[in-house]
Amino acid sequence: MQTYLPVAEVSVNALLLLGLGGLVGILSGMFGVGGGFLITPLLFFIGVPPSVAVATGANQIVASSFSAVLAHFRKRTVDLSMGTVLLVGGLSGSALGVWIFNYLKSLGQVDLLVSLCYVVFLGIIGGLMFIESLNALRKAHRQGPSKPARRRPRTLIHALPFKMRFRASGQYMSVIPPLLVGFAVGILSAIMGVGGGFIMVPAMIYLLGMPTKVVVGTSLFQIIFVTAFTTMLHAVTNQTVDIVLAVYLILGGVIGAQIGAQIGLKLKAEQLRVLLAAMVLAVCAKLALDLLIEPGELYNLSKVGAM
Amino acid sequence: MRLLLALFLLCLSALPGRTEEVVLGLSTDKVAITTSFNGSEILIFGAIKRETPIKDEPLEIVITVAGPSDPVLVRRKAHRYGMWINTDAVMVDAAPSFYAVATTGPLRQVLSQTEDLRHKISIERAIRSVGAPDNIRDSARFTDALIRIRDDHGLYQELEGTVAFDQQTLFRTAIDMPADLTEGDYSTRIFLTRGGAVVSQYETVINVRKVGLERWLYVLSRQHAVLYGLLSLTIAIVAGWGASAGFSLLRNR
Repeated sequence: MQTYLPVAEVSVNALLLLGLGGLVGILSGMFGVGGGFLITPLLFFIGVPPSVAVATGANQIVASSFSAVLAHFRKRTVDLSMGTVLLVGGLSGSALGVWIFNYLKSLGQVDLLVSLCYVVFLGIIGGLMFIESLNALRKAHRQGPSKPARRRPRTLIHALPFKMRFRASGQYMSVIPPLLVGFAVGILSAIMGVGGGFIMVPAMIYLLGMPTKVVVGTSLFQIIFVTAFTTMLHAVTNQTVDIVLAVYLILGGVIGAQIGAQIGLKLKAEQLRVLLAAMVLAVCAKLALDLLIEPGELYNLSKVGAM
Repeated sequence: MRLLLALFLLCLSALPGRTEEVVLGLSTDKVAITTSFNGSEILIFGAIKRETPIKDEPLEIVITVAGPSDPVLVRRKAHRYGMWINTDAVMVDAAPSFYAVATTGPLRQVLSQTEDLRHKISIERAIRSVGAPDNIRDSARFTDALIRIRDDHGLYQELEGTVAFDQQTLFRTAIDMPADLTEGDYSTRIFLTRGGAVVSQYETVINVRKVGLERWLYVLSRQHAVLYGLLSLTIAIVAGWGASAGFSLLRNR
């Protein structure tokens, strides 16, 4: 079943789009990642122009994250106050990120930089998470059912001013670290054209010390706003959001997200982390290989000022 | 020398007057891109109108269909710092988004180089490339790559010998247009050649347009971008809420 996309100006298989959306939706519900780091490369692969893929991917993430966050709200696994603080940092960060992106574009080689960003960040985060969660799994296996949570040692983070109570996360800490985390993720997500969940989730676990169950919902909450902002920005400045493409991805995505959220609740936190880490590493390896192996076609085309 | 030859040929073809002309038919002069658009086949057919008897040397036919031309940036990857990255780039000033050339026989036989140059008939000639930056010596490779890539996508087609030509009078051919079409006016040219020289030519336009929902969305995205963006977000939010509400209903039953 072929369908013609009015903005992308290509014809693609509608069932394929539904499947893609569904797959990414499941991941989104399970791990609290928007799935942008998966959907964008997958759309390139089926022939959607990169600029349209990035913009429409952001729109799709809004839908799947919204659907998933509602499921998390019902389970009370969203920390709204933490989410808001992260969001304030995130939006200002992504505004700066867009500026950096355009500056790099004027220098050329922005594609390479985006790829390198992906490889470096996916590699570091995936690797660290994989090792850590494997250790946790082994420990849990050896010591049987969970031991009571050990109090985290007091560090510099706890000495900072502007303290605030984050009840859902069981944290009493300064707003400065979450603001900074949000800001940094905002910059990266604007440059890489993703919601930033795959950076946000580990940052919340390891830097802010939040419990994994709350992390997923809170990350989704924050991603909705960042990707909505990105979508509007692309729609207005580049006019590269394709509604028809988005509708197919969304239809698959929202259903997938619901299924994913159910699966996520049944799995143990450590298992979830191992799976997410393995996936992040797989995408990282694919992107790295693309850079390292001689491509079949050395040349590529891009339209200039076709409008 | 070439110019002289061209002038000579021009005079030669002009001398006898337009004794042979094309009467053209098209299966359609409009291609409508709808939501389910999956490419289109266009039938081009016609007849030769003559006021003199058929000459001994046979007439040949060349048909071209060209989509709107745009500048295209062709980039080449090279091995640098252990990675394959874009290094050289050549701007091709104008390349048609779609180009098909159909003939009654091998292109080099039915059309001379000079005539090709003059009317820009073959794919290589239909692409206009003014010049590459000084540091790139092999700019022809970039144009070749452009043709190769678009050829692979069915956007450039060289269809030698696909024009059926009966009794030196009736001709017809079919051209397949792929699904990835760009909107615009597709100029369609028919050349009559004899001994490699163009003796008559005829030109018409096939309109390729998005229609219905496709047209509406496209115009909205261009002219009311803010509205379009908000519409996209609304769809996303409503769909997200709808799925969530639907699933909780399912579970609670």
